[in-house]
Amino acid sequence: MPELLRGLGASAGTATGPAYRLADPPRLPAPRPVTDPDAEVDRAYAAIDAVCRDIGLRAAAAGDATAAEILRVQATLAGDRTLRDGVAMAVRAGHEAPHAVAAVLAEHRSALLAAGGLLAARAADLDDLRDRMVAHCLGLPMPALPEPGCPFVLIAVDLAPADAALLDPARVLAVVTSAGSFVSHTAILARTRGLPTVVACGGALDIADGTVVTVDGTAGRVTFGFTAAAPVAVPAPDEPADLRGRTADGHPVALLANIGRAAELSGVAVEGVGLFRTELLFQHHIDPPTDAEQAAAYAEVFAAMPDRQVVVRTLDAGSDKPLPFLREHDEPNPALGIRGLRMARRRADILRTQIAAIAAAARESTARVCVMAPMVTTVSEAAQFAALCRDAGLPTVGVMIEVPAAAVRSAEILQVVDFLSVGTNDLSQYTFAADRRSGELADLLDPWQPALLSLIALCAAAGVAVGRPVGVCGEAAADPAFAVVLAGLGVTSLSMSPPAVGAVRAALAAYTLDECRAAAQKALAASDPAAARAAVTRC
Amino acid sequence: MIRTVLLAGRAGLHLRAASRIAVAAALLPAAVTVRTLDRPAVPADSVLALLSLGALCGTELILEAHGAGAAEALDSLADLFATDLDVAGA
Repeated sequence: MPELLRGLGASAGTATGPAYRLADPPRLPAPRPVTDPDAEVDRAYAAIDAVCRDIGLRAAAAGDATAAEILRVQATLAGDRTLRDGVAMAVRAGHEAPHAVAAVLAEHRSALLAAGGLLAARAADLDDLRDRMVAHCLGLPMPALPEPGCPFVLIAVDLAPADAALLDPARVLAVVTSAGSFVSHTAILARTRGLPTVVACGGALDIADGTVVTVDGTAGRVTFGFTAAAPVAVPAPDEPADLRGRTADGHPVALLANIGRAAELSGVAVEGVGLFRTELLFQHHIDPPTDAEQAAAYAEVFAAMPDRQVVVRTLDAGSDKPLPFLREHDEPNPALGIRGLRMARRRADILRTQIAAIAAAARESTARVCVMAPMVTTVSEAAQFAALCRDAGLPTVGVMIEVPAAAVRSAEILQVVDFLSVGTNDLSQYTFAADRRSGELADLLDPWQPALLSLIALCAAAGVAVGRPVGVCGEAAADPAFAVVLAGLGVTSLSMSPPAVGAVRAALAAYTLDECRAAAQKALAASDPAAARAAVTRC
Repeated sequence: MIRTVLLAGRAGLHLRAASRIAVAAALLPAAVTVRTLDRPAVPADSVLALLSLGALCGTELILEAHGAGAAEALDSLADLFATDLDVAGA
């Protein structure tokens, strides 16, 4: 009898394969007295040397310069003489090698955290060193993704962004985590790679290694207990010749891509870009990139979309995306602080430079370039942003609706801008007062929550009333059933990770506009997310 | 022998800059220590020790070295601290 685990579907699609669990960081054994301090110091040094060597080799093998430099610095840190001396002292004070390494690194870790800012973000680098050195002391393998020798379903508590970034679709078929939420890094990175993913799945950690499981990232279900001998990958649907999204009766709903750089468009057939995140360009920069550097990066994306729409979102820094050149002061609650367009209150120059660079690149291109601002709260913020863009020669200006205050006043905002784009991740976070990284509150962040649907409906109706486009560019747009509801609410475009477009296009093509509207009314009338989902799947 | 220098890096003495200075210091003939006005002296060839100074842009750093090669060692490290290592090409 197959068993069933339920979680939240975080990245659409289905895949079947053997499950393997990400190794936990090594645990320190109960301490024992040190009988031979010299031998114990040697044991600690051997671990330090092995980790240095291992990271050095990975630095030498790294494909790109950024990764290589990060790994080289990490190797220098591993071989640091203060660490080495501290560990030897701790051993001679009576600690065993693994305990000595952990204690000395813990001390430096708290110093970095106390220093705050950029240094605090490096605490994770020391954690990684600790896990590696302790593993070596204990004779355990270094932490790494499982290598069962065949493609597998990865099971984990949650993935660090560094782990998630390593996910290779050729090796990992699907991801199941016991923690996490629809908008955790795990989920977002899995969606960019088209990996079916279920998060907040209690019981996932009890699945024994090698068990064949089927992950349904659309419905949020994990089933196992089959006797299938070999993993079965589900083939992706073929790309149709006509890229345009439409309902069964031909009502158009533009299906657009969310991207961070031009490379994400290679091999992707979409009718446009609905969200070009410009943060990537600004990361790893001590100073903001120059006008020319920015214009070149924008031009590259525009060139990949001739005659098609590209919506550029201006820099969305702050909160979970701090940038080194914006020296952010300690904010007690960064998600409610200076982020998104609010950054212009402090550094209007950065926004002006960016808008000028977008305008320069747009002049040289046939792409239909639009700009929009993140984290807009009031009509006057929207009006100021629109004036800035239009003065720079960018006629089509929109804003993102991520704050409930803006959703409530969407009709008034549409009097000063040309379009709206609803960012469901942040709109959920702010509407439900639930941190988007919290796995425990994942049920509140479910995009099917009727209150979220009501706010989206309000925005869509405002757009319909004046004939201006209202899109959804949050991750929820990638859920095929949700896309049907959004179309029924009057949303005119859906923007998502490119791999999700095929499934959404197929779902829309199965319903007429009237059926979408009926589904939307049922979902709006539902008492909770489960009832909203059920209402749609029954129609 | 003592040399005083103001830290030029706009983002402060962060991990990447500290790593570059420590690697350079390890190659010098004389051992150099660094302190600030309120933190005790630490060896310049240790990344973790340099980070513990918590030096920000403009922090006054006091470099000290003794014996053969001390003057050259201080010159070359003072140069690094007085350069913004985050500027491309630096």
